[in-house]
Amino acid sequence: MSEIGLVLISVGVVFDLFGCIGLVRLPDIYNRLQAATKCVTLGTCMILIGVAFYTGLDAIGVKAIICAVFILLTSPTGAHALARGSHRSGVPLWEGSVGDKYREDKEGGEVHEEA
Amino acid sequence: MKIFVTYLAAFVVWLLLTWSLDPQEVLAGLAVAALSTYLTRDILVELPPSRPFHPKRYIWFLYYIPVFFWHMLRANLDVAYRVLHPEVPIRPGIVKVRTNLKREISKTMLANSITLTPGTLTVDVVGDFLYVHWINVSTHDPEEQTRIIVSRFERILKEVFE
Amino acid sequence: MIWWMFFSILALSGLMCLYRVGAGPTPPDRTVAIDIFGTLVVGFCALLGIIEGRDFFLNIAIAWALLSFLGTVALAKYLEGRGFDE
Repeated sequence: MSEIGLVLISVGVVFDLFGCIGLVRLPDIYNRLQAATKCVTLGTCMILIGVAFYTGLDAIGVKAIICAVFILLTSPTGAHALARGSHRSGVPLWEGSVGDKYREDKEGGEVHEEA
Repeated sequence: MKIFVTYLAAFVVWLLLTWSLDPQEVLAGLAVAALSTYLTRDILVELPPSRPFHPKRYIWFLYYIPVFFWHMLRANLDVAYRVLHPEVPIRPGIVKVRTNLKREISKTMLANSITLTPGTLTVDVVGDFLYVHWINVSTHDPEEQTRIIVSRFERILKEVFE
Repeated sequence: MIWWMFFSILALSGLMCLYRVGAGPTPPDRTVAIDIFGTLVVGFCALLGIIEGRDFFLNIAIAWALLSFLGTVALAKYLEGRGFDE
């Protein structure tokens, strides 16, 4: 069991590293948010599940699983909140983007500020 | 009914977190679960309108978990490819897609699933429409976009939550 | 040995997040980096929990995940220019 745990932890750590490379390399906030949220969420969940496999079903393992479920639910929610907040505070998309339907609809009045 | 379900869930989480069956811990857990249920009574999720405990829902949910993890793994390999590629191959944009889901909880789960699957990030939900930031916009046809982004999970979530 | 590798890779990721906190051109960039840094700390705490063999590191991890989420949502609301009670 502990070998499975170590493999999961290694893969998770590497995904965390990819997410942070994305955070540094990608050009605008929305792309960074995408790469970082996806990779770091799955990476940390795999670390936690790996910890659970490594120790077995004791106090540490069960807490690790609860923490993994919690991160899986909250991390994307935080990402929506941040994406919406930064779009409404006026951060533009990268100049190489191919269209921004959200801004068009906001200017056309289909999306209201309080919606 | 929904208050009882919440109370039970809070109590089970407490037992798992403390990981002991000492009478003191169990009594404290009963009290804390009651308090947290009381404090969150206004924002609890409503149970589905019809047959909330039908076993079909749970079977579909069990099917949802491996599908979700498979897409999440693909999403990570996709991000790794884009990030490690020397030229950073992205064509980002925000697109608008339509969903048929009606309940708040199922839209929330759909938005979360979209955020964690390849190349997409939900920015806002307005009525029946989701605004999705897509890292590699491959088509400009709204129908095609909806088919690619939403339909992976919509069918399963419809069975689970509606 | 292998634990040192895990910790170094996580520390390297954390340094990249801190680079983005320092360099990020707009306030939302810094907020994203802080959010991601919080999630990395959760993984770090879990690994510490294994090598120390104590479960209170996992309590720290759960509390950190909760507080990091609350902080992110509060900052996002602030960026949007709204009050915290909406």
